[in-house]
Amino acid sequence: MEKKHPALVVENLRKRFGLEEVLKGLSLNANEGDVISMLGASGSGKSTFLRCINLLEIPDSGSVTVRGETIHMATDRAGNPTPADMQQVVRLRAQLGMVFQNFNLWSHMTVLDNVAEALIYVLKLSKIEAYERAQATLDKVGLSDRRDYYPAHISGGQQQRAAIARALAMEPAVMLFDEPTSALDPELVGEVLKVMRTLADEGRTMLVVTHEIGFARDVSNRVIFLHEGLIETEGTPQAMFSNPESDRFRQFLSNTLH
Amino acid sequence: MANTSERTFWDYLADVSENHSPIDFVLIADHLDKFLYGTLVTLEITVLSLLIGGVLAIPLAIARAQRQRGLNGAILSFTYFFRGTPLLVQTYLFYYGLAQFEFIRESFLWAPILSKAWWCALIAFTLNTAAYTTEFLRGAIENTPRGEIEAARACGMSRLTLLWRIILPSAFRRALPAYSNEVIFMLHSSVVLSTITIQDILGVGRWLNGRYYLAYEGFITAMIFYMILVFIISRGFRWWENRWLAHLRPRPLLSTQ
Repeated sequence: MEKKHPALVVENLRKRFGLEEVLKGLSLNANEGDVISMLGASGSGKSTFLRCINLLEIPDSGSVTVRGETIHMATDRAGNPTPADMQQVVRLRAQLGMVFQNFNLWSHMTVLDNVAEALIYVLKLSKIEAYERAQATLDKVGLSDRRDYYPAHISGGQQQRAAIARALAMEPAVMLFDEPTSALDPELVGEVLKVMRTLADEGRTMLVVTHEIGFARDVSNRVIFLHEGLIETEGTPQAMFSNPESDRFRQFLSNTLH
Repeated sequence: MANTSERTFWDYLADVSENHSPIDFVLIADHLDKFLYGTLVTLEITVLSLLIGGVLAIPLAIARAQRQRGLNGAILSFTYFFRGTPLLVQTYLFYYGLAQFEFIRESFLWAPILSKAWWCALIAFTLNTAAYTTEFLRGAIENTPRGEIEAARACGMSRLTLLWRIILPSAFRRALPAYSNEVIFMLHSSVVLSTITIQDILGVGRWLNGRYYLAYEGFITAMIFYMILVFIISRGFRWWENRWLAHLRPRPLLSTQ
């Protein structure tokens, strides 16, 4: 294991949509085992930040380094930034397991096939190996009994746990969670948070964009508060929540906690 | 003339059928082999054109859905033309029209292919079904949920894997009901064959009508043959949809309370 490299280093990330600059130079350093919660009002750029890390959005400038390997960027003919080496992007994306707000399971595949798919067609495992690992991962998130169901036929909480299993089975360097519980009915949030807590306890490196203050406070070891595309304040949950230095963060907390 | 008592049962049946029944069943029975052969002719061209046209439609639909520069306009003109004009006219264009051109009559393709009704029909039918299939397959490809595509990209799938493993399997499934219509339409449209000298099912019916002046016998029999084929096709597609579209059905009741 390359202990000397941090799992994820992001430097000075900028992204503009039209006239609006959504990210104004964000940096972040995640060591192995870090669980980082990113909080912020909607429009603060948290989701865009996450999507820029695995290049679902192409950042205008800045760099992303996964376990010591920096994604090479170039500029295309129109002068826009573009990945220099798509094969590298594909390889590094497999290292960045993404969990989406809307689960985004492949609807025409069963839960088990969803989890095994990328193991076979991205990591190139043998089918036997892939299905064994998929089954083991489903066991872990408590979904073995739903493995032969189609996504549309299970609850939102189960779908999100399946999506976590899909990302987790790849054994990524970092798991990125983009508001994983925001689309769920309140009574289904708990089962997903429980799975995420288990992963955190195992020492997985996680970057979680969330509105769940409880998760940020109890599970993560670092909390980042974004405001208008910049880090407003960050620190350990104890420091952040017991004695917030930033007025904006204090206001955010009082709005969120009622 | 033979004595009535010496007539066989078959003679009797033929007499009733010819003189007393509204429809001459014996005549139909006598020509059933022709109808069966006509069915083979109908199926042969329909199935072949669907297969070749379907295979052609896949890359065309992908290019259309991805708005490939240059290609997109050319493919759109192709589908616009073949969907905008009747198949009968298209078939005539190939069968009667090509012969006008000297260079076609002198080309090496003329004797073996382009002078033959069967080949002209196959080409016209193939291009026609390819045009229709391209357009609804393009629609299905474009309707792939964006989130599913993002999820595939996010886990490191290459463009080709994404297309092959996620977009196409999902689009094919959603296009299946439209495709079953296309297959049935194609079967019905294949009656065009009988207008260019080919003895398909309707061709046999027309021949029967022409020879005996019995319209019902020829045409009703042809209709029944088409109905049987449509019944088999729709049964087949229903079975296929049950297997393939389970994920689009509403959530099955897990237990009855």
